[in-house]
Amino acid sequence: MSALLAIRGAEARFGPVKALRGLDLEVRAGEVVGLLGHNGAGKTTTLKLALGLLRPQAGSVRLLGVDPAGRQGRRARARVGFLPENVSFYDMLTGREVLRYLARLKRRPAAEADRLLERVGLAHAADRRVRTWSKGMRQRLGLAQALLGRPELLLLDEPTVGLDPVATAELYATIGRLRGEGVGVVLCSHVLAGIERHIDRCVIVGHGRVLAAGTLEELRARARLPIRIRARGRWHEPPLQGLGEGEGVVARRLNGHQLELDVAPERKLAVLRALAAAPGVEDLDVRPPGLETLYAHFDAMLHRGPDGEAP
Amino acid sequence: MRVLAAIAAKELRDGLRNRWALSIALGLALLALVIAWFGPAASGKVGFASLGATVVSLASLAVFLVPLVALLLGYEAVVGEAERGTLLLLLAYPLSRPLLLAGKFAGHALLLAAAVAVGLGGAALVLAATGAAEAEGFWAAFGRLVGSTALLGWAFLALAYAISAGAREKGRAAALALAAWLGLVLVYDLLLLGALVAAAGRVPAWLFEALLVANPADAFRVLNLGGEAAREALGGLGGLVHGAALSPALLVSVLLAWTALLLGLAFWRFARRPV
Repeated sequence: MSALLAIRGAEARFGPVKALRGLDLEVRAGEVVGLLGHNGAGKTTTLKLALGLLRPQAGSVRLLGVDPAGRQGRRARARVGFLPENVSFYDMLTGREVLRYLARLKRRPAAEADRLLERVGLAHAADRRVRTWSKGMRQRLGLAQALLGRPELLLLDEPTVGLDPVATAELYATIGRLRGEGVGVVLCSHVLAGIERHIDRCVIVGHGRVLAAGTLEELRARARLPIRIRARGRWHEPPLQGLGEGEGVVARRLNGHQLELDVAPERKLAVLRALAAAPGVEDLDVRPPGLETLYAHFDAMLHRGPDGEAP
Repeated sequence: MRVLAAIAAKELRDGLRNRWALSIALGLALLALVIAWFGPAASGKVGFASLGATVVSLASLAVFLVPLVALLLGYEAVVGEAERGTLLLLLAYPLSRPLLLAGKFAGHALLLAAAVAVGLGGAALVLAATGAAEAEGFWAAFGRLVGSTALLGWAFLALAYAISAGAREKGRAAALALAAWLGLVLVYDLLLLGALVAAAGRVPAWLFEALLVANPADAFRVLNLGGEAAREALGGLGGLVHGAALSPALLVSVLLAWTALLLGLAFWRFARRPV
């Protein structure tokens, strides 16, 4: 099956500033791709390329099989939903008026706008002016407009900024439902904590290029970062026999009954077996490196160069 | 076409909702009445004097007020949406930039024309209630005034769009709009008069006329001060344009041409605006 969005080797320049230098991104139906990176890494520029609002100076962009900045781009955009970062809508209009207006611009019936207000849980406030709405409600209105016209591809720029934990969970639930319906989703975020469970693949960008891409497992395998294991129990001497300390295992005594180990991935099972068999060990906690750790690793690699040498 | 109407309708609704149109119409009507009533005070009496004097007074009011109002209405058109984040959103929709700009301009132009018609029309109704409508050609004169004032407003609205379409920040667009108002409505005439006096009548008529129509505010002045009804009440440039060979049809075309030209500039700048 062909990709909903395919960006290959894209370069974008604003004057002398290179915003993107050779970026690749592919999104297929029914997958959620996290486009992750700190502010200014090139995430929003990538979305603008995808929507045809910018033309790449080099490389190619295909949105639903066509060039989004070309003549057929407009028709492709009708099948895409976009939630920009920091959109504040029209304060003087009510939520219903805003969404009906945007529905007309997308050539959709007003009834669809009303249904979507219901779906994102804004029906009760729909006839109040947007000016009186909270940040979370505006964000949900943004999501509702992105869903106009049953898009095949959703581009969400920092959708969880300003949302409380409940609203964030609801947003991810909605994204999960859409994925089930076969919608492809690009989720841009600089908040990495807690996003892992909701994305199928991630593309980590920094300084306008892809630092790493793949599933979380693939990134972990590539980064070969140690796994953190904590052992808790009652012992006189910490259970360090047979763990192979020094060979891919670094141990730290946290206190009298807790031990923390950083273990190379290939040593994980051996260490776990040894710990499980050691007398006095009561509990084990295994933590693979999270997205934040991975991001820091790949970002640092860019600065150091892959061999660990300073460039 | 339906999308264009939807954009225009939204701008209209916005303008009515924030009471912009209402306050402009009311303000215009009140000022118009005050001027029509007390305008002849200099000649020692108060009240509706003559149709000609009234039209000249009201046109002088309109030429200051309406360009300012139009610039204030339009300077945000593009840069305001950009700062709100809605421009990026709308451009990601399946619509073209010219359609978006045309829809917004249509809505704002209707709003402005309605405010002018209600404001000046309201003043005309009050004057008519005092018996002024018995003057010959009263309604026709007011109709011409309303029409030409709307055209004046549109030319300046188009100028505001041209400013807004290329502006980086709202503040800068506002400053440019104010500068344009000062320059075209106040300074231009002073310079023109000064140059005429300095040249001591050696300026050829064609050059003078060209300089008059090179500014939409002056084209409007000539249109309303050079009319039949205004013959007996002239001042400032009015005395000079008396013999000018600028027909009302030509002046109306000039105002329309300014609107089209400035709007074209707005489209051109908007097409080149980076998002």
